[in-house]
Amino acid sequence: MSGTRGERFHVGTRKGIFTVAKVGGAWQVVEAGHVGDNVPIVMHDPRDDTLYAALDHGHFGGKLHRRPAGGGDWEEIGVPTYPDLPEGVEEDTDASGRVIPWTLKLVWSLVPGLDDQPGRLWCGTLPGGLFRSDDRGDTWELVRGLWDHPDRKEWMGGGADWPGVHSIAVHPTDGDRLTVGVSCGGIWVTEDGGASWACRADGMRAEFMPPDRAGDPRIQDPHCLVQCVGAPDRFWVQHHNAIYRSVDDCASWQEVEGEPTHFGFAVSVHPEDPETAWFVPAIKDEHRVPQDAHLVVSRTRDGGETFDVLRNGLPQEHAYDLVLRHAMDLHGDGRCLAFGSTTGNVFVSEDQGDSWTCVSTHLPPVYCVRWEGRASAG
Amino acid sequence: MPRVAFTPNLQRHVACPPRDVEGATVREALDAVFAGNPKARGYVLEDDGALRKHMNVFVDGRPVRDRVTLGDAVSPGGEIYVMQALSGG
Repeated sequence: MSGTRGERFHVGTRKGIFTVAKVGGAWQVVEAGHVGDNVPIVMHDPRDDTLYAALDHGHFGGKLHRRPAGGGDWEEIGVPTYPDLPEGVEEDTDASGRVIPWTLKLVWSLVPGLDDQPGRLWCGTLPGGLFRSDDRGDTWELVRGLWDHPDRKEWMGGGADWPGVHSIAVHPTDGDRLTVGVSCGGIWVTEDGGASWACRADGMRAEFMPPDRAGDPRIQDPHCLVQCVGAPDRFWVQHHNAIYRSVDDCASWQEVEGEPTHFGFAVSVHPEDPETAWFVPAIKDEHRVPQDAHLVVSRTRDGGETFDVLRNGLPQEHAYDLVLRHAMDLHGDGRCLAFGSTTGNVFVSEDQGDSWTCVSTHLPPVYCVRWEGRASAG
Repeated sequence: MPRVAFTPNLQRHVACPPRDVEGATVREALDAVFAGNPKARGYVLEDDGALRKHMNVFVDGRPVRDRVTLGDAVSPGGEIYVMQALSGG
């Protein structure tokens, strides 16, 4: 188990997993795994110190691997598998008539359950699936309450041909309460372990839809959703068209004016202070590069009223880094923050982003950054 | 006459102001627009006339179901929106 301060994180990339740790006072890559394989998501389970990784083999499909505490060998485990189509149904189509395949296309998100749910994991997939495991990933079951919800037909692809579940927030004291983000399908909440679901994206707007559909909660594109562990009715979302916060358990969302731009993918929230959150802004949405080629992180400490634009230690000329939705992570200590970019740069801060250290400038494109340790130091 | 409007994202490449055109189907309406703006056609449609994979067309707020022949009906006062799908990245 890592200590109360961030000591080690894992970087999932287009070409393997790279582990970063502080050795002799310097942050450095200390280990490479699955070199050559596409790694869309990595997850450290603090309950038993196990590391999980999704591998996307392209021709051979998506797989899941697990490594026990202490750095033993990786083993391939079960992978979410979609059920057969219902009797008499030849194909599943969305509102546009596009066929939705009932087969795994991508493992896109992975989170642990609570301490009182040993072995429970949640996994978000393309197309549009949420899966649950109660045996540390050996077997998986599709959460039918969400998959069978009629509004799933309204979802659309965002960054992929099919909609996908990319964010899964487990309520810190009630493991049956989940909040998930779907691109493009809005924010969905269950309070009964996944049996029933409600869409809670009121207040968000989608510029990619005709004006009379822009406020439809079911087609919103929340790029990333995070929940404050210490104040679980408070959420932040980096959306395709804006930054949003909710102070009422997703009943409503308020738009926040980001600095220097409102577009981006990643967001992190402080584990105790819901007013403090971090973003990596970029020029919207057809460009997707930092404004003026200056790579910056923006931080608010007052719920989005104002932002600090943090650049100390980050490249400030000809920087075209894009930071994807899973590629920034805040340690449970609330201080150590790390992110990686599509350019293969990885940066870490030990002071909430005030200053940054470059770990590498030549890793493969980064999809995911995840610290070891708990979501909250408490 | 149906009204055809295009995503702002397309305006970066080719000017596509909204147009009121004749047409009882999406195909007829788009053909009418592209007759006066042939450059725009290739940004929205494939060479064979099918809708490009990462484009969406909405009629009165609903996505069209026929993406190949664009046979979805349009009422005289209908609104057609040609949008960029977020699929495809």
